[in-house]
Formats: sequence, structure tokens, C-alpha cells
Amino acid sequence: MSGPTRDPKGATISFSFDGKTYKARAGDTLAAALLANGVGLVGRSFKYHRPRGIMTAGIEEPNALVTVGEGGRAEPNTRATDVFVYDGLIARSQNRWPNLSFDVGAVFSLAAPMLGAGFYYKTFFGSAKRWMFYEYFIRKAAGLGNAPTKADPDRFSQRAAFCDVLVVGAGPAGLQAALEQAEAGKRVILVEQDSILGASLIRDPQELDTAWADSAAARIRAAGGRILTRTTASGYWEHDLVTLTQRLAEPGEVPTNGVTQRLWHVRARQVILATGSIERPIAFAHNDRPGVMLSQAARTYVRRFGVLPGKRVVIATNNDDAYKTVQALKEVGAEIVAILDARPQFSAAAAGAESAGLPVWTNAVPSIVTGARHCLSGVTAIVDGQSKNWKADLIAVSGGFTPVVHLHMQAGGTLDWNEAAQAFVAAASRQNVTTIGGAANPDPVFPVTPVSNPKKSFIDFQNDVSLADVDLAWAEGYRSVEHLKRYTTLGMATDQGKLSNMAALGRLAEKQGVSIPEAGLTTFRPPYTPVSMGLIAGAGAKNAGAHVRRLALYDVHAAKNPIWQPLGYWFRPRAYPQGQETLAQAALREAKEVRTGVGMTDVSTLAKFEVSGPDAAAFLELICATTVSKLAVGRGRYTFMLREDGIAFDDGTVWRLDENRYLLTSSTGGADRMATHISYVRQYLCPQLKVSAVNVQEHHAGIAIAGPKAKAVMDALIKADSPRHMSTVPAEIAGVPVIVLAASYSGERAFEVYVEASHAASVWAACEAEVTAQGGSLYGLEAMEFLRIEKGHLVVGGEVDGRMTPMDLALDKMLNKAGGYIGATGLSRPALAEPGRRQLVGLEAIEGDIPEGAMLITHKGGSPHGHVSAAAFKILEGGSVALGQLKDGFSRHGEELIASSPTRGQEARVRVVHPHFYDTAGERYRD
Amino acid sequence: MMQITCPHCGPRAQSEFIYERTVDSVVPLDAAPEQAMAALFSRTNPRGVDEEIWRHTYGCRAWLVMTRHRVTNEISATRAVGPEALP
Amino acid sequence: MSRYSALGLLRGALNGQKHWQPAWRDPEPKSHYDIIIIGGGGHGLATAYYLAKVHGLRNIAVLEKGWIGGGNTGRNTTIVRSNYRLEPLHNLFEFGLKLWHGMSDELNYNVMFSPRGAMFLGHSDADMVKLAERGDAMRCDGIDADLMTRDEVAKLEPLLDMSRDARFPIQGGLIQRRGGSARHDAVAWGYARGADSFGVDIIQKCEVTGFVRDGNAVVGVETTRGRIGAGRVGICVAGHSGHVAAMAGLKLPVESQTLQAMVTEGVKPMINSVIMSQSLHCYISQSDKGGIVFGGDPDNWPSYAQRGHPMVMEGAVAQGLALVPALSRLRMVRTWSGVTDMSFDGAPIIGETPVPNLYINGGWCYGGFKATPASGWTYAHTLATGKPHPLNAPFSLDRFERGATIDETGSGPMPNSR
Repeated sequence: MSGPTRDPKGATISFSFDGKTYKARAGDTLAAALLANGVGLVGRSFKYHRPRGIMTAGIEEPNALVTVGEGGRAEPNTRATDVFVYDGLIARSQNRWPNLSFDVGAVFSLAAPMLGAGFYYKTFFGSAKRWMFYEYFIRKAAGLGNAPTKADPDRFSQRAAFCDVLVVGAGPAGLQAALEQAEAGKRVILVEQDSILGASLIRDPQELDTAWADSAAARIRAAGGRILTRTTASGYWEHDLVTLTQRLAEPGEVPTNGVTQRLWHVRARQVILATGSIERPIAFAHNDRPGVMLSQAARTYVRRFGVLPGKRVVIATNNDDAYKTVQALKEVGAEIVAILDARPQFSAAAAGAESAGLPVWTNAVPSIVTGARHCLSGVTAIVDGQSKNWKADLIAVSGGFTPVVHLHMQAGGTLDWNEAAQAFVAAASRQNVTTIGGAANPDPVFPVTPVSNPKKSFIDFQNDVSLADVDLAWAEGYRSVEHLKRYTTLGMATDQGKLSNMAALGRLAEKQGVSIPEAGLTTFRPPYTPVSMGLIAGAGAKNAGAHVRRLALYDVHAAKNPIWQPLGYWFRPRAYPQGQETLAQAALREAKEVRTGVGMTDVSTLAKFEVSGPDAAAFLELICATTVSKLAVGRGRYTFMLREDGIAFDDGTVWRLDENRYLLTSSTGGADRMATHISYVRQYLCPQLKVSAVNVQEHHAGIAIAGPKAKAVMDALIKADSPRHMSTVPAEIAGVPVIVLAASYSGERAFEVYVEASHAASVWAACEAEVTAQGGSLYGLEAMEFLRIEKGHLVVGGEVDGRMTPMDLALDKMLNKAGGYIGATGLSRPALAEPGRRQLVGLEAIEGDIPEGAMLITHKGGSPHGHVSAAAFKILEGGSVALGQLKDGFSRHGEELIASSPTRGQEARVRVVHPHFYDTAGERYRD
Repeated sequence: MMQITCPHCGPRAQSEFIYERTVDSVVPLDAAPEQAMAALFSRTNPRGVDEEIWRHTYGCRAWLVMTRHRVTNEISATRAVGPEALP
Repeated sequence: MSRYSALGLLRGALNGQKHWQPAWRDPEPKSHYDIIIIGGGGHGLATAYYLAKVHGLRNIAVLEKGWIGGGNTGRNTTIVRSNYRLEPLHNLFEFGLKLWHGMSDELNYNVMFSPRGAMFLGHSDADMVKLAERGDAMRCDGIDADLMTRDEVAKLEPLLDMSRDARFPIQGGLIQRRGGSARHDAVAWGYARGADSFGVDIIQKCEVTGFVRDGNAVVGVETTRGRIGAGRVGICVAGHSGHVAAMAGLKLPVESQTLQAMVTEGVKPMINSVIMSQSLHCYISQSDKGGIVFGGDPDNWPSYAQRGHPMVMEGAVAQGLALVPALSRLRMVRTWSGVTDMSFDGAPIIGETPVPNLYINGGWCYGGFKATPASGWTYAHTLATGKPHPLNAPFSLDRFERGATIDETGSGPMPNSR
């Protein structure tokens, strides 16, 4: 093409392509506007950087891919045929350097004879590093557009919907079906990927036209139906769930309310697919050039956009539909220089054209076209075995029609072969989906055998896969259709084979000497057309889809500006630094306060279960591996829980609050898992028990008060003598009913106060006042770690790592001798008692600080015998101590080892000791 | 994403449910050690219909047993379990 | 077998690449083989290759129900690494990683193994300690692992969101520089071509429908192409292990679950390494064609459907975009799914079965691709000698009931974590 192909009148919208400003009319696609402005060269192909123009007028476009928009809104690889021009649209060509017209990458085209299918499997040998050298250049040459480097300024929303009938495609069949269903009282959703309704009616207005489409739409809406345009049904999932992707703004466009696209999850009782078909190209040499266009696309540009895509046009077809394109082109004054009809006989349409004086050639198949970078100059065809050529600036081709069966296949459907149309059509489905219209009844065609040089006859345009590549794959034994696809990369471009698969299958079947249906098909996978990642992520892109669980006392802590620590979905105060204190300094100060005075901390996140009923003790003796039934009312004890395979998976405390009422606590990190476990055991394994097990994790906030002065604090708070260690009393603090448990994680005399979460703040305030009065302050998780490590208490996720048995953790003496707890049988597995298992030990530094996570080795270069699970300091005396897991550790006390962390360049000499460094007799629990 | 009929709440999106285990993997409380280990560590894992235990975790939290085809995802039945389902 | 080389391609440039021979033959099955491997995926083909190459055996067949490499070999995210915490795992995978480094030359087939670095991100101090522990465990066993500072992470992957107030702020990482990715199909094809060159029969479209028994022992297989006798039979059909083992009356510690992955349209280089996360469950890399390859957790419920689910996909993509916001305007072009053998400790099973002459290789969960050479090597050893190689000895089928599980995540016998 040379120069504009449309009257510029009415073109009021400005857009730019590769820095040059053009004008478009409202309703133009970018492709239409480029054609109208005489722009023929739009992109470069993936592998050989061949010049490419606009081949289609729809979502199947393989060639005209551009980047639209700027900054974080830029959308690479946007099909120029699938973006509607808005004022200020900025488009850039891709995969070319330094510019589209002069692209250095085109040298690959010269090397093409070496670079056939799978060439890279046969060369670039040597070390992996050497491959990476070649790969660096290959990666740079590959890819298409550039990804944005800035954050996306827009939002993507998600919405769910339900309907009786979902109709996909608003062509005549889809509109008619939606209208009937809506007027029959069904809840209907009709979706159309285009910006206007009508589909084929837009290019072929006959008895039905776009005016009819608009009136049908009005009736559908009046009957309560919902119509979504610019919306693509992109995925068909289980149980008739269809995902729709809706464009609220065009690519690169600033959305009016901040939302650029919307993802719909539609659960439909019934789905009707009126998805039409996609026209097939014809394979001939240089059939990828600008100026080669699908016949229906050419007609669309004429009739919908008023653009004349060529002045001297050759038509190549194997069916009657292309004669409508002849008609459309003639109406606007294009010269039809030849109609190449592959069929041996004149059809009625062909005869009609000939009698109208048009040059119709039967038994005529194009073999090669010539041209420059941006346009076509001539067409050569084989007509009745003879070569003939014509000067032309456009060849409009129609190789038949491929019904859009993608959604039907995603739904798990099967296909039938329609021999007359040389096409697969939808057959059975196990979901409630039917296919109607052109997708169900494609036009008959005549199968064409390519007559051209296979090396330059492209079938997958974007990935530069030619007939010769299919032939080579076949010759090398890549003969299943999947091997062919993977070896040649056919069908793996952004159009996912919408134009290429049938041509490849035809060639494969020909090679195999079988019919196309016997040659097989690759799988149709979602999405139907590519979907923005931001749309799939939705709001989750901001927080990784992870919510935050907020402490009942969040505001109280936040006011003190603590260092926060993530713990599952929670954030808990890690330390409350004063002045310029570092985390470590603050934590050590806080821990010292607990050891010498009193401190308080928030333990609200602990898992908590209230278990009550006549069978409560029996139930707890299933969950807990320790005895429970012997607890007196008002007493509690440490407990732990096993998985069914006998491995320890959580620990906590159990308290008998009343004759038949218990409180069970367990770890924060395991809380959800424990809640499920308890529910499973109660509901599924022993539904007959008379017991209720209620998760009260967030019902109660928890406050721990620990230290030598804790009892004084608690006495003052509850105005009574505090319960002795491992006892519990109901009490009142600040007028609020609470449960006071005398339990200690820190190793000091300590209490946990449980209070209904909504009253937590006032109880906290009262506790804090009393603690402060005693000279104490708050402590966070880091100090708690120091305290518990020194005391030798376990932590779930640390020492209790899902691999250790109660024996490994030296808890076996506490096991319920009567058995019967969950995990008892698993514990009897022989290997759990064999030597060589990792066992819990204490570690004391002889030299250096023990790095947490370090490996325990006997000598430099040795393989690990275990590792450091938690490291801290002796809080008052100083000195590095740690807990660890060590192979046969119980029998190795006194042995010297190296705690080695090569990744951090740290190591310490350590001595294996008993894992309790503080008050081993438990004297500090006594008053 | 499947649609699962909770015996208590009716048809709901699968995202409200969590799969727990197969019925054949349940370790009865009175299982002998060999029986327990067999239940825990071997599965029929059929490429066809199996019975599975799911929970309506983000709904009514009740447990249910689902009979489902592992290839087609056809759910032929769901039934309630737990104290409410006792005869 | 015609040797692959640049010179060969040059010669082809003159003859239209017409001199290349089929990469493997298409033989009719013989009546008897010394060893039959069920499953023509990467693992089965690698096993056949090493049986021939290392153990000198020749009378071997690989039986494939469909087309070779069509199962999980062709459905994974192509990540290759050995950065496991537990010794038996990192030792096995490291043995494999060493083989990866020489694989293209060994097979004379470019599998495009690209050691671009496999990096785990840490998002908290606790994450960083866990990463250090993993790295230390590896380093003490002679495997490369390096902690990375926040700045080093940002330098390697400039498009990561490094903001301090992110939901999962990036605090550092652990990189295995010798890890990376490879071209998955090429691995199957390369091993197939190599095995074929030793005379191994690769028989496609040959589905095993039963076992031929002599007493308790397996002495052959029934297939859709007739009965074939065998001295030893190795099952190598991860994803469908339970289905095939059931034909021999075995029940396995395996549940089949769907794992989905996805790829975006191709873009110019933007992701330089393989990005994984200690706290999140997504992994991101960029293929040589430019597509961003994306994976997440398995579906967490049993399925043989080979179809994905929007809810799982949306979760994985949300996590990925939280890490790399610049992915927002890229478009996902294709999703696919594989059926994985989720074993009950997360580790593979390679070794004998209770049935004489019948061996099993499966239970790879979603970590099978990277193990391909190690799996093949050790399974070949096991099939050739009747005894496990020291590297696969810990991965015996009976370890579950014995109590010797290899539980990397400590999550126990239920594949959905309880």
C-alpha cells in the first residue's frame, strides 16, 4: 500500500505509532486506523524478524503485535486488531532494533537455512556456562515486547455471577439464542469480545443487520438479561464455571474509575457457545508478508471501517465465502485482478462472479507472492498446472474455517470431524454446554494441497514455523502431534495456534497417510485469549492474597511503636525498644526484667479450645498424648499432641476449669491445624462422644505476666492470693471476669490472664499499671525466645519440627501409659526406636556465639550430625547457649562439636549439654 | 473450581471447602497397629470414583463425605457426618 | 545416529536439512526383554539410557502409553536445583545436578540447561534463619549455597518489589548458583535418542494393561500391543503410580494431585534467575522464548483431571505479582496441569516392591523434573543389580511403615499438610 486508504474526513482522534502521529475515527481498531493511514509494516516476526503487517481483523492476529500505553500501563504484545483507538493512544512496534523498517535482527532471516525446526537442540554444546553465553544472545533476540518496569497504576476487580444461561458470542446465533432464553424468563448473560454486537452481521449485513442486533440487545436487556461487551469468555472450568475477562478501559488507556479490567466468575446452569469460526490462511511462499490478509478481514476493513486495504486485489479461496469479499471490495472501487479458486469446478458463486466479468480461475492455488518490506507487489499462482502472475497490492485469502471449539474442549468435550468443512466441530460434552451457529455448521470447503516452496510457506506466522519445519520434524521422528508442536514451537505463540493448527495437522496427516482426525489434536487449554496477570491476581496482587489477622490489643501495642514480627497471618510485637535501643538490646533488657522483676506480654494468638461435657476428659486423652483425666479441678499441666504417625506436632497446656470443662492451649503457628484436627477427631472419629470442643482462640485475649514479682502483681490485680504454679482460678480484673492460669513459658513464676477479647484493653491497662508500679515493663517475642531457650522449653516449628517423636524430645516419660491417644500406634514403628535418630540437646558455647540454624559437625569438612534449632544467651550471666537436634544426642552430653554456618561465615565451638540452662529444679515456680 | 453441595448449606463454590483425606485413609481409634499404618500409608488412589472427606471450612465448618470421580470431577453424592448424622 | 553439531546444521543449510535421521526408531515390541520400563517420561528414558550406558545392558524396552515425554516431563516449570534441607534429598538431587551440568554433551543433544541461579527469597528474620539453615546443611555436604543480602537480591532481580512495607518484604535470599532451568522436552528426547542409539526399544502407544505373574513374581506385562515377557519390570509413571501398581495388587503411599503451571506471552528478558520464596508458594522464571513461567502449589485435593483451577491459579499469580509487580500487564497465554504423585513425606520412592521382579520409581510430588538424571541413574542401578544405589536406599517403599520417612517440610503423612 502506498498512502492513505480512507477519506480522512471524520478522523478526529489522535494516536501515535512509533512516534508518528496519525488520525483515527471513533470505533476504529488500531489495525483499521493504521491501514487507513497507509501503514503496512507493523511488526517483526519472532525468530527471523520478517516484516509483518495486518493479517486479520480479530483476536487471532499473529503478526500485528504492538506495545500500547506507557509506564506501568504499557501492554506489550497487544494485537492491533484487538485495541480500539482512543485519543492519545501511544503504540510502539516490537522486536526490532534500531527501528521497524531497518531491523538488524533480520539477519536471522539470512541464516534461516541453518535455523530450521529444533536447530538449537543440535548445537551450542560445551559446558553449561558456554551454553549460557549463547543463550544470552538468544534470550535478547527472543521475546517480543518489553515488560513495564513501573508498578501498575490501575486496579483490576473481580466479580461473581450466577445465571441460567450464559451465551458466548453476540453474532446472529448468539443474539437469537439469548433473546429466546431471556424472553422465556431465564436469567441470561450474553458476552461479546468485540466492542459492538453483531459479529458477522457487521461485515455481512443482509436480512439481519447491526440495527437488528441493537434491537435484539434492547429486548434482551428489557427481559432482564445482562450484556457484556469487550468481554471474553476465556476459561471453562469445572461444573459450568466460566471465567470472563472484561475490558473497562482499552490497553494503555486511563480508566475512568481506576478499574481497567474485571474478572467474572460465572456459574451457569447452561452455556450456549455461539463463538463462530476463524478463517484459515493458505500456505504459499512468503504468505506472511504485509499485504496478505484473510478474506473476511479484508471485508471487515471495507464494510465496518470504510478502509480499503488494497487497490489491486487477488482473491485466493477454496470456498464461496470469499466471493462476498469480492463483492465488498468491488463496491468500494477496488480492482479485482484475479480470483484464484482452488476448486476444480465453478461453484454457483464463482460462476456468478465470472458472469459479472470478474477473472475467476479454477484449480488455481497461489504459490508465491513478492513485495517490499511494507507492501505486496505481485502474486504468482499455479493454475491448472501452469504458473501465472499478477501485479497486486493485496491478496485476500480464505483457506476455510476453523470453528471456535476452545471453550467446549476446555469443558471436557469431544469433537467430530466435518469432512465437507474439513473441520472439527463440537460433539459431546459432560458439562451442560451446547454449540450453535457458525461454530456448529462451518461452510464447506475444498481441501487445498500447497504447491509452493515449503521453506517459505508459513503456517505459524508469529513463530516462523513453515511447512518445511513440519516436514523436518516428521523426518526426525517427532511424529505425534504433541511432539510436532513442541519440536517446531508451532501453536505456542500468543495466538496459540488459532491460525496454524489445522494447517499443521493437514501436513502431518498427509505425511502419515492418514485422515486429519486420525492424526490427532493438541489439547485446548485456557485461556481462550491471553489474560492480563494483574486481572488474574485481582486485589491479591497488593498483599499476595494474604490477609492480616489483627490482635485484639493491636491499638495498645501500636501506640508503643514496637518492632513487629510476622507470625503466620499475625503480626506480634517482637520488642518494645526504648530510645535508640536495637532489637537485641531491647530484647535483652526486657528478658532481664522478667528474670529480675516482672514483665508482661501479649499471648492472645495462642490456640485455645474449650472442651466440655461428660466425655471431655476422654476426648482430650485422644488429642493429648499425656494423661488428662487425673487432673484435679483447678489444676493444669503441660501436654503435647501427636500426629497419627506418632510424630509430635504441637504442645501446650490443658486446664481443668470445672468438673467437665477444660481449657486446652496450643501453639500460635499450629492453631489452624490444631483446630482442624480437633474438629476432625470430634466430628468424624468419635461423633458419639458427649463433648463439645469449641475453638476460642480469638474469643479470649491473653496476657502473660512473668517474673519474681509476678505474684505480687497478680495478687494486687485479683485482690486475692494468686493460684500456685499450674493452678487456675476464675477472677476479676478491673471489673472484668477473667481466667487466671499460673503457667510459665519463661521459667519464672508466671500467670496467663484470659479475658474476652472485647474487654482486653481495660484488663491490659490494669495489668500494665500494676506491672509498671512494680518497676516492670512490656516484653516481646524476642525476649520470650531468650527466656524459653534458656529454660529449655520447646517451640513448635523449632524443636518440634514435624520430624521428632516424643522420645526424640525426651518427652516419653510423660506419655499416657494407658495408650489410646492418637499417634500411639504410629509410635510403635520400628525405625523410630533405632539408633541414629536426631535427639534434643542443649549446646553451650566454648568459643564464639552459636549461630541459629548452624550445622553441628565433629570436624571441619564433616557431614552434619544435627543442627542448632534455637540460639540465645544466658540472660543474666551472659554466654551463648542453644537448643539443637543431634544424632544420638542423649548419649553425647559432654562432647565438643562445631556449630558451623558456612553461609554466614560463622562458627562456634560448643559442648553438648542437658537442654535446660536455668533453674533445672523448677524452684522459681514456688513462692 | 467445582460446585459442592454441602449437606447443610446447599450448593457452594469449592473455594469454601477444604479437602481432608480419603475415607479409606481414616485410622479408626481402635485400629490395630498394622491396620492403622495400612490406612495411613496406602491408598487405592483410584483413577475413578473415590470417597473423600471434605470440610465446609469457610461456611458452616461441618464435615462431609463426597463421592467424586477423580477424572471427570463428577460428584455423585455428598453426605453429612458428625454427631448430627448419627442414627 | 547422526551426530548433532553446528557443522551438521551448516551442511543442512545446503541440502535443506534433509540428511537428519529419526532421533529414535519406532520398533515393534519383541516377545521378551531383560528389563522393561513402564513409562517413557524423562525418568524412564534416563533409566534406560543408564542401564545401557553404565550397566552395559542392551535388551531393554521402554513402554509408553502415549508419546514420550508427554506426562510430567512436558508439564513442569523446568526448574533444576538441589537446594534441599535434608541430607538424603540434597545428596540425591546434587548427584543429579552434577549430571545436568554435563548432560548436553553427554547426550549430544542440547537440553539448554542454564544455571542462572535458583534463589529462595526470605521475608523475615525467621525466614533468613531457615534459609541459612538450609544453606548450611548444603554447604556442609559440599553443595553450593550462598546467602544474599537485600541489595544483592535487588541487583540480581531489579524488578522485585523491594519496598519495606510490602506484605512480604524481601529481606534477602539464598541462592544456588549452579541451579537454573532447562528445556524439558529436550531432556526426554535427548535421553530417548541416546538410549535408542544403544539399541533400547522405545515403544510408544503401548499401554500396559496388566502384569504377567509366575506365582507372586512378575515375569512380563500385558499391553495394548500384546504380551511382553521381562526379567525385571520397573514402574516409572509418576502421577499414575497408584494406577499401575494396583495392577500388581499394590497400594502405595501416594495420592495423585493436580499441579498447574502457566506461561505468559513472550517478552524481552526481565527475570534473570529462578525466583522462589520461603514464605510464599509461587516460583517464577523466564524461558528462553521470553515467556514468564509460573507455578504454585498443587491443588491439595486428589485428581487425575489434568485441568487447572482458577482459584489455585489466582492465588499463585497474586503471590507472584506481589513479588514482581511489573508482571501485571503481561498476559497469561496458556495454563496446563500435570498429575503428580504426592507421597506421604514429600520425598520420592525408588526401589523394590513386595512383588519379586517388580520395582517402583514414583512419588516425586512436584519435584521430579530436576531429579531426572539422578532418578534414572539410581533406578538403573537398582534394576540392573536388584539392589538400591546408596543414594536411593533411603527412599525405599517400606520406609513409611518402618517410620523412616524423609519429611522435608515436617508436615506428615497427609499430603494436604496434616
